[in-house]
Amino acid sequence: MQNTCGSSNGLSMESRPAAWDFKRLFHPKTVAVIGVSLKRDRHPANVIFNKIHLRYPVDVFAVNPSGGDLFGQKVYTGIQDLPQPVDLAIIAVRAEYTLDTLKDCIDAGVGGATIISGGFAEVGRPDLQKQLADLARQHGFPFIGPNCLGIYVPGRIDTFFIPSERMVRPESGKVAMVSQSGGVLVDQMTKFAELGIGFSMGVSIGNKALIRELDLLEYLAADPDTGVIAFYIEGFAHGEGRDFVKAARQCTKPVIVLKAGKSSEGMRAVSSHTASMAGDYAVFSAALAQHGIVEAVNEIELLSFCEALSCYREPIDGRVGIISSSGGHGALAVDICSRRGLSIPAINQQKQARIRADLSSSVQPIAALTNPIDLTGSATDSDFLAAAEHLARTPELDCIVLLLLPYSPEITSDLGARLSRVCQRNNKPLVAYVPHVERYRMLIEGFEFNGVPVSPSIKGAVLMVEAIKRSKPC
Amino acid sequence: MLKTEIKTVLETARTRGWVSEPDAKRLLASAGLDVPRFVAVTDLGQIELAAADLGFPLAAKVVSTRIVHKSDVGGVRTGIESIRELTAVFETFSRLDGFEAMLIEKMVSGLELIMGAKIDDQFGPVILLGMGGTGVEIYQDVSLRMAPLGPEDVGAMIKGLKAGRLLSGYRGRQAVNRDELTRTLVCFSKFVMAAADMIESIDLNPVMCSAQKCVVADARIMLPPVDGPTAA
Repeated sequence: MQNTCGSSNGLSMESRPAAWDFKRLFHPKTVAVIGVSLKRDRHPANVIFNKIHLRYPVDVFAVNPSGGDLFGQKVYTGIQDLPQPVDLAIIAVRAEYTLDTLKDCIDAGVGGATIISGGFAEVGRPDLQKQLADLARQHGFPFIGPNCLGIYVPGRIDTFFIPSERMVRPESGKVAMVSQSGGVLVDQMTKFAELGIGFSMGVSIGNKALIRELDLLEYLAADPDTGVIAFYIEGFAHGEGRDFVKAARQCTKPVIVLKAGKSSEGMRAVSSHTASMAGDYAVFSAALAQHGIVEAVNEIELLSFCEALSCYREPIDGRVGIISSSGGHGALAVDICSRRGLSIPAINQQKQARIRADLSSSVQPIAALTNPIDLTGSATDSDFLAAAEHLARTPELDCIVLLLLPYSPEITSDLGARLSRVCQRNNKPLVAYVPHVERYRMLIEGFEFNGVPVSPSIKGAVLMVEAIKRSKPC
Repeated sequence: MLKTEIKTVLETARTRGWVSEPDAKRLLASAGLDVPRFVAVTDLGQIELAAADLGFPLAAKVVSTRIVHKSDVGGVRTGIESIRELTAVFETFSRLDGFEAMLIEKMVSGLELIMGAKIDDQFGPVILLGMGGTGVEIYQDVSLRMAPLGPEDVGAMIKGLKAGRLLSGYRGRQAVNRDELTRTLVCFSKFVMAAADMIESIDLNPVMCSAQKCVVADARIMLPPVDGPTAA
């Protein structure tokens, strides 16, 4: 039987507490880094200690049984020797010492831990991490990992063993991401930063021996800083998927899932048609859709979906009005919309006449006002505003895609902010495509800072509409 | 009630790994699903009486512990119109590997659908609805949904089928009775929930759906391996 659970050990869920107290773990004021090296500057624990010490508003203590000092700071010989019990322990000792270290943390009244160390289920030692989980569960002590990067909360804490100068940090915002893979999380954060998608927290859960997707879903559902919850999942333990989708259905925030291991089906012969057609991934995908969870099939979709759903929460049917200054862009967008199950309702003659009456004299005779609307390369700011105002008030449409080519001389950098307000006033979701180059940054930020998502591609803009449509059960 | 009956039948079939068609149909019938009237005959002498009772046209299927996929070995005949034909079919079937009996049943007509169930490791009991027949795995036109199903789920599943329009009467054909389809699928889902810890997967294929009703023309219940993985 195939193992889709990645490096996890398929542990039983029966002793899950009602809810963990993650407050000290995720918002620590005091931190210990256990397992710093006195010899290797670039040891992961040293990188973590250094970045927290220099960049974060917390008190951090280094721990190594040999004592000494690190970057001019005292190294404590054990967690029990610290001047105060810490909120978060970052454990980076070798796998065989983790159990004793965890015991010490529990005895010392630590609030929670992330276990960075590897050498567990991923190398065939699930027994080691099971001991950790059993002990922690017994004491109601939450820990993340092992074999993970841990926690990143903008401005509060960062347990990733990546030097500060190598990290690309997204601005603080609404999207939280939980990932079975640390690499996927870090890479997505880089892209969030690049696309201006705000981030509330990231958790790399690694082997998820104790704290798993469901625990974090419950926490993030109640977290006031988080508005959208994204997951990268390789697989669930026995029966765990069912609990997860049911909890996600109850959650009032959009939940987005990127699943890996889509093609691991057909590994064993099955004797019924149903077993053959209802493979692991097919079931996974269907269960998500049934419960209103938005499945992203790749990381590009994940980005578009996160951005769109951090701006719009109310699901739509997907009746799209398209405004562009290029007929070609409108036509390409229509193609993508129809492939993705979105409709492009026609705009009736009277409406077209009213729009035309509001256009500038040079555009009036040449604009095409069926859907998609082509305002032509002569379009000015006021033409875009007029078209948007009319479409925002057209009940046959439930969202607007704006394909903005800033090459036309009559378009100013103010247009982003002004268009955003038109759609907000009319309560009609707007998504925009603007080429992402530095010189158009103010235009882009005019949209983004006013709550309108902007994509660097036509397809990305259409995917955003699709996400808003899909964030309801089907 | 249902649960004890399921248990008895499934436990008897456990070592074989799957439930014979007559047993499966009896279980489904007691769960509220429509099955065609059938008679299982073990020797030629019983044929005439069975045919007279059921009336032509008839379908005949081989019953054998060793044959899971009957049509793959020529073990399914439909549209049988006479005793002579039925006798010839019996003689052919009786030469098949592990022949135990021949199932004779009333022919049913309608749109061929498949209803299926699988106990998924991560998501538990799951129900499948799709376009049925022997080509199911070629067309792969199916909808999946976590059980239990309510009536509202059935509409969503039909919407998920590429060929879903065939159900509402396409090009002059009569539409499938939607209420009966819904009732059948919801009954099936209840059965699956009751049997979830004793089964591995189920194929009801084809389910013949017409303007009147949905009839389970063939059923296969697969059981988990006896020495297989048990819940840790």
